[in-house]
Amino acid sequence: MKKKVLTVDDSRTIRNMLLVTLNNAGFETIQAEDGVEGLEVLEGCNPDVIVTDINMPRLDGFGFIEGVRRNEKYRAVPILVLTTESDAEKKNRARQAGATGWIVKPFDPAKLIDAIERVTA
Amino acid sequence: MDMNEIKEIFFQECEEQLAELESGLLKLNDGDRDPETVNAVFRAVHSIKGGAGAFGLDDLVSFAHVFETTLDCVRSNKLEPTQDVLKVMLKSADVLADLVSASRDGSGVDESRSRGLVKELEALAHGEMPSSSAHEAPKPAAKAAPAPKAAPAPAPAAKAETPKPTDDSGFQPIPFSFDGFGEDEEPAIEGSVYEVSFKPRRELYSKGNEAALLLRDLSRLGEMSINCDTDALPALDKMDPEASYFSWKISIRTTKSEDDIRAVFEFAEWDCDLEVKLAEEASSNEELPMVPVPFDLSILDDSSASDEDEKAVQSSADETVAAAVSAAETATSVTKAASRASEKKESAAAAAAAAAQNNAAAAAAAAGQTIRVDLDRVDRLINLVGELVINQAMLSQSVIENDATGTSAVNMGLEELQQLTREIQDSVMAIRAQPVKPVFQRMSRIVREVADMVGKSIRLVTEGENTEVDKTVIDKLAEPLTHMIRNAVDHGIETPEKREAAGKNPEGTIKLTAKHRSGRILIELQDDGAGINRERVRQKAVDNDIIAADANLSDDEIDNLIFMAGFSTADKISDISGRGVGMDVVKRSIQALGGRISISSRPGHGSTFTMSLPLTLAVLDGMVVTVAGQTLVVPLTAIVETLQPEASAIHSFGANQRLISIRNSFCPLVDVGRVLNYRSTQANPVEGVALLVESEGGGQRALMVDAIQGQRQVVIKSLEANYTHVPGIAAATILGDGRVALILDVDAVVAASRGQSMKPEMSLAATG
Repeated sequence: MKKKVLTVDDSRTIRNMLLVTLNNAGFETIQAEDGVEGLEVLEGCNPDVIVTDINMPRLDGFGFIEGVRRNEKYRAVPILVLTTESDAEKKNRARQAGATGWIVKPFDPAKLIDAIERVTA
Repeated sequence: MDMNEIKEIFFQECEEQLAELESGLLKLNDGDRDPETVNAVFRAVHSIKGGAGAFGLDDLVSFAHVFETTLDCVRSNKLEPTQDVLKVMLKSADVLADLVSASRDGSGVDESRSRGLVKELEALAHGEMPSSSAHEAPKPAAKAAPAPKAAPAPAPAAKAETPKPTDDSGFQPIPFSFDGFGEDEEPAIEGSVYEVSFKPRRELYSKGNEAALLLRDLSRLGEMSINCDTDALPALDKMDPEASYFSWKISIRTTKSEDDIRAVFEFAEWDCDLEVKLAEEASSNEELPMVPVPFDLSILDDSSASDEDEKAVQSSADETVAAAVSAAETATSVTKAASRASEKKESAAAAAAAAAQNNAAAAAAAAGQTIRVDLDRVDRLINLVGELVINQAMLSQSVIENDATGTSAVNMGLEELQQLTREIQDSVMAIRAQPVKPVFQRMSRIVREVADMVGKSIRLVTEGENTEVDKTVIDKLAEPLTHMIRNAVDHGIETPEKREAAGKNPEGTIKLTAKHRSGRILIELQDDGAGINRERVRQKAVDNDIIAADANLSDDEIDNLIFMAGFSTADKISDISGRGVGMDVVKRSIQALGGRISISSRPGHGSTFTMSLPLTLAVLDGMVVTVAGQTLVVPLTAIVETLQPEASAIHSFGANQRLISIRNSFCPLVDVGRVLNYRSTQANPVEGVALLVESEGGGQRALMVDAIQGQRQVVIKSLEANYTHVPGIAAATILGDGRVALILDVDAVVAASRGQSMKPEMSLAATG
């Protein structure tokens, strides 16, 4: 069975890169453009892992992660934060919000797949 | 989709982000302090940086990084976005735009400018005001070290067993291998032995990390044995399924370093107690306090086993691992946890299914707002609709010829078809319609740059940016508009000193407005400068032999002299607008778009240029006329009025020139048939119709044609694309009867009548 990945990112460029990378690696990919859409899509798609950006309109990554963690059904889903923010403070906030791990941009397909495999069975 | 396509998407997105950035900065400049505006500005730069990083566009990344850092200071209220600060930011946005286009097409970048701005931005980020002297700020922090990778060492060889089906309670037996139990498996690999003590806290699980996965990753580093300490496990009835009761002691022989081992726990290090130390060679496995229980981690790799229930078991945290370690002791607890999880799952399932439907619909609505379509496809569609319009007109015509009464069912149907065709045409045109916003935004950059160069302080106010017009018009609008904006900044607005002396605000204002007006788009460019100096314009026109020294001109006529070729009012020729930049060029390009331009000016209060443009370049309202047996189309926009000349109004002038007197003013008469070489002698004006047209410079001419057939909307077909450029002809069209008609280029015909530009060998008669 294909593993399902939900990606949340407002950048069309990054969304496309995620899609190509994940599909090539044999994942099923579902995409959302911001935190609000991410939480909406989450309900129907039951992902194995979530990859999210931090800086997004409407609902940012921190808020999105908190939303997922509050959700009885999906609170245990691993969440990877995909962001250029590499400083400790941002990482820390993401962690406090409930992120499982992170991938530091610039976007690197190998790093992404590696991180996903680390947090999924 | 390949990387090049994504890169193209990235550049498109950059354009959007740059527009977002600029409009956000301008809002801030106008005193907007909405945090969401700051966030949007920050996100724009951030997105550009993110994408640029992925494509290795290092120059773009490093500039965006500095810019982003400074914006972050604004976002976190460490830096007040004053006008001075925003000035630097607007300039930075311009440089960012330059860097984007440089990355796209390899165009050059003003490096000294971008270096200068990097310094200014860094100074701002360090809390210095922009006016302070250049300061050598430290280089921005180097890009973050890449996340360490788990070494892809092969997992220890072990036999994976096929998972057994679950029983009724949802319990799934977890297979693990005892094969290696008690056997002496002294590894032959080199390396050191590390002792790892790992005690997860409950937060580790609540964040979606999983002890078993961490142990699996660790096992890839080398040969290891694991001991699970289950002492903390309470009695079943006291057990909290979300708590963490187990800790592990791992002994691992690996060639990797301690850092590599710690890297495995990178995501979890805050949520566990972790100790990694090099084991004494003497302290072998036998001396560990507990009996080693090797277990088969490969079950975790088997994704085929991950059916729903197994997942539920796994997500109920450490029970799974616990079971693997000491199955006999904790089997009951696993069963309980698993059944609890599956219970929860079932109850949630119904609600989730309902919610999923709603949300799927909501998501679809949100996602379906816009789509991107290749422009070629839209153009093709527009062409096809053009053909359809022509075809429908031809059909109507042949029906009318065969059905004089016009009451047959076919005729009625045709009328409906005609209406539908028109609607389809309008809708298709609407697809290509775009707001003028991007062009207007480009203008604000030009105002900034030119104002900086000439030392003026100017604010650009835009209105009606969302007015839509065909993309082809927008594309051609930028150039004349740029010209005019440069002119307005350079010549229109006075220097701050002069403005103050005149009792005006030292900061000049240029207002750019777009609106729809009776099927056309009206663009107004208004400045609050000195207005047209009529004395000087008149003098200049006399000096340049444009008008006679004693010509009697109205104020309006004098103002319109600036559209004459080779006219310049600026005392000094500047780099910016060159030799008066030729408003004649502007006028020509506006007219080439089927538009008109006029000026009104109040001395001391400024000038207003008004441009009226068609909404599309695909269709044209034209007057169909006959000239020497040929059918021609004259753009309606060029025609001021039509009249039937009387013999008494015609006056000969020189050898071939004739004038027509209209309401006591004289206007040159131009025989279109003669200019296009349709006939060798001039036709008798009294037998034809005169079309009074306005040509460049605002002068009027009377074009002589033989007869007017009617007015209609015609689909423009480029002559250049299908044949070659023909002087005097703008384009062609296909009429309802299927015949090709040429669309007259009024300005070229008028120019030709003055003996300019049209070479006889290129004229129509010669080309057939």
